Amino acid sequence: MTASDHPQAIDRSRQLFLSRSTLLTSGMLIVGMVGVLVLNALPAASPLHVSSATVALLGKYFTYMLLALAVDLIWGYLGILSLGHGAFFALGGYAMGLYLNAQTSPLPGWQAVMSWFPVAALAIVLAPGLLALVFGWLAFRSRVTGVYFSIITQALTFALMLVFNRNEMGMGGSTGLTRFYELLGFRLASEGMTVALFIASGVAVLLAFWLCRAIVVSRLGRVSMATRDAEARVRFIGYRVDHVKLALFVVSAMIAGIAGALYVPQVGIINPSTFAPLFSIEIVVWVALGGRATLYGALLGALVVNYLKTVLTGAMPDAWLFILGGLFVLVTMALPQGIAGLLARRRGRQEASA
Amino acid sequence: MNPIASGRLERLREFARPDRVFDFMAPAQSPVDVRHGPILYLEDVSVSFDGFQAIHRLNLTIDDGELRCIIGPNGAGKTTMMDIITGKTRPDSGQVWFGSRHNLLTLDEPQIANLGIGRKFQKPTVFEALDVTENLELAMAGDRRIWKTLLARLDHEGQARIDEVLETTGLTAQRHRPAGVLSHGQKQWLEIGMLLMQRPRLLLVDEPVAGMTEPEMHRTADLLTRLAGQQSVVVVEHDMGFVRSIARRVTVLHQGSVLAEGSMDEVAGDPRVIEVYLGGDEETA
Ligand SMILES: Nc1ncnc2c1ncn2[C@@H]1O[C@H](COP(=O)(O)OP(=O)(O)OP(=O)(O)O)[C@@H](O)[C@H]1O
Ligand SMILES: [Mg+2]
Repeated sequence: MTASDHPQAIDRSRQLFLSRSTLLTSGMLIVGMVGVLVLNALPAASPLHVSSATVALLGKYFTYMLLALAVDLIWGYLGILSLGHGAFFALGGYAMGLYLNAQTSPLPGWQAVMSWFPVAALAIVLAPGLLALVFGWLAFRSRVTGVYFSIITQALTFALMLVFNRNEMGMGGSTGLTRFYELLGFRLASEGMTVALFIASGVAVLLAFWLCRAIVVSRLGRVSMATRDAEARVRFIGYRVDHVKLALFVVSAMIAGIAGALYVPQVGIINPSTFAPLFSIEIVVWVALGGRATLYGALLGALVVNYLKTVLTGAMPDAWLFILGGLFVLVTMALPQGIAGLLARRRGRQEASA
Repeated sequence: MNPIASGRLERLREFARPDRVFDFMAPAQSPVDVRHGPILYLEDVSVSFDGFQAIHRLNLTIDDGELRCIIGPNGAGKTTMMDIITGKTRPDSGQVWFGSRHNLLTLDEPQIANLGIGRKFQKPTVFEALDVTENLELAMAGDRRIWKTLLARLDHEGQARIDEVLETTGLTAQRHRPAGVLSHGQKQWLEIGMLLMQRPRLLLVDEPVAGMTEPEMHRTADLLTRLAGQQSVVVVEHDMGFVRSIARRVTVLHQGSVLAEGSMDEVAGDPRVIEVYLGGDEETA
C-alpha cells in the first residue's frame, strides 16, 4: 500500500496544510453541522425537520469519527496497528462518567476530585495519555512491532475490561457508570444539551482533524511515514524511532480519550463492554473501510459503517457481525485503499480525461 | 600564541582550504576526537549467529580521511562488520571505537548515526512512499528531536543543499517522483545522496555500484574519491574493476577475519588471497 501502487500519483499537496482535501473535508464537516442544526430548528411539522434523536445519533457518530481519526494517525501514517484503542476511549469515558456522577452525589475517596470540571477535563486526556505513555514506552523501547504489538494492545484492553468489571474498582462494576443528570450545571436530558453536545463533538472532530493534518504534513509526518515503510533505515539516519512512535501514540490516545468523554454524556452510560477487544477491532474496520492514511477516509469510514450498523442492527440484529466481517473482507480484497482510494482513483480519471 | 587563538586560526585555515570541492560534502561539526589516532578502531571483534562464527577476532583500523576498500567472498562477514559498527548487531566480544572518545558498543543506531557515521545498505533502502526530495530532506543533518522535527521547515540553505545533491547524483529530473518507482541504479544514487545530506564523518558504503551502468560506476568512483580526505570512506565492493579504480588500501576479509591488507597490487599478488577469492574472480572482472 505504498506509493508504488500508484506510480505517478504522488500527492504534492502532502506538505501543504491547506490542501484541497483539508479544505473539502473541513468544508463538508462545517456545512454538515450547520445544515443539521438549521434543519433541527425547523418546526417539527416541516418535512425537512431533523429530530433531536437524529441530532443525538449524529453527535455519537462524531465521537466515533474522532476515534477513527486517532487510529488512522498511528495506523495509516506510522504503521502501528492498535487493536486496543477502545481502552483509551473508555478511559476518557470513565473520567467523564465520574464527573457526571459527582454532580448528583459526592464520590468517595480520591474520586471526589473528579467533581471539579477542570480536574475531570485533565483526567480525560491524562488518563489515556499516561497509559499510552507507559505502555508505549515499554513496547517501543523493546521494539515490539507489527502483529505482536497488535496482540498486546488486545491484551491490554482485555485486561482493563476485567479490571473495570470488578466492583472493588469503584467504577460501577459490570453495570458501569450511569445515572447522569447534569453537565456543567445544565440538565443533560434537554434538547439544548443534545444540540450543545452535537456541536462540541463536531468541533472536536474539526480541531482533531486539523491537528492530525498539521502533524502529517510536517517533517515529523514524513519521518513517521518513513518509519512505517522502513523502520530500520530511519534509525540509521539518526531519528529515534521509539520517540516518534511514543509521541504519536500518546497524541492518538488523548484524542481517543476526548472522543470517549464526548460519547458518554450522549449515550448516558459507560461500562466495561467499551473495553471489549471486539470494539477495538471494529474501529480498525472503520478506518480500513474508509481508507488508511488519508484522515478523511477514517472520518468517512466511521460515518458510513456506523450508519449501516444503526440501520442494519434495527433490521437484522444478529446479522451485523457477519455483515461487518464480510464488508471487511470485501474491502481488503477489492478496495485495499478503502473508499478514499476509490474517490482518489475516480478523481484521477476525471483529471486524466479533462 | 594561546591555545584558543591558535584553535581559531586552525579553523580559519581549515575554512579557507582551497581543495574543498563542494560545501555540502564537508562533514557536520562532529565531536569525534581523532587527534590521537584513527577514526575507527575495531579490536578482536567476534560475533556468532547460532553457533556460526560470522566475525572472528576481527581487527581493523581506519585512519581519518582514508578511503578503504573491503573485499572478500560472499559470506565473509563484510555486511555483518558494518552492522556491528552502526549498532545493528552487538558483537560477543571485542572493542569498537569511533575516534578515541566514543565506544560504539555502548550506543544505539540513532546515537551512532548522529555522531557522524552514515551508511549505505547493500540492498538499497529508500523511503518508497516519499519522493526523492523528501528522502533527501529527511536525511539532511539537523536536530532530530521530536518537537524540532515537527516544527522544521525547509529553509533556503537546506533547499540549496538538496539541489546540489540532486545535481551530483543526477536525480534532478526525478526530484518529485516517488522513490519507489526509481530504477535500481537510481535508488543506489538516492541512497548515496541521502548519505551526502547527512554529512557524516565516516561513510560505510556497502556495494554501491551493483546495478549501475559503466558510466554510472565511473561517476560513483569519482564521487567516492572526492569525498575521501574530508570524510573517511569504507567501501565494500565485489566489482574488482571498480575497486581497482578507487583503491588506495584494500582489506581482504575471509571467514570473518582479515586475511590480507595492503595496496591492490599487494593483495592481488598474495597467494592466500588468490586461493580464496581472486582466483575464480579475476577473469570476470
Ligand atoms: N542475523 C544473522 N543471523 C544469522 N546469520 C547471519 C546473520 N547475519 C549474517 N549472517 C551470516 O553471517 C555470514 C556473513 O554474512 P555477511 O552478510 O556479513 O557477508 P558478506 O560478506 O556481506 O557477504 P556478501 O558479499 O554476500 O554480501 C553469512 O554466512 C550470513 O549467512
Ligand atoms: Mg554483504
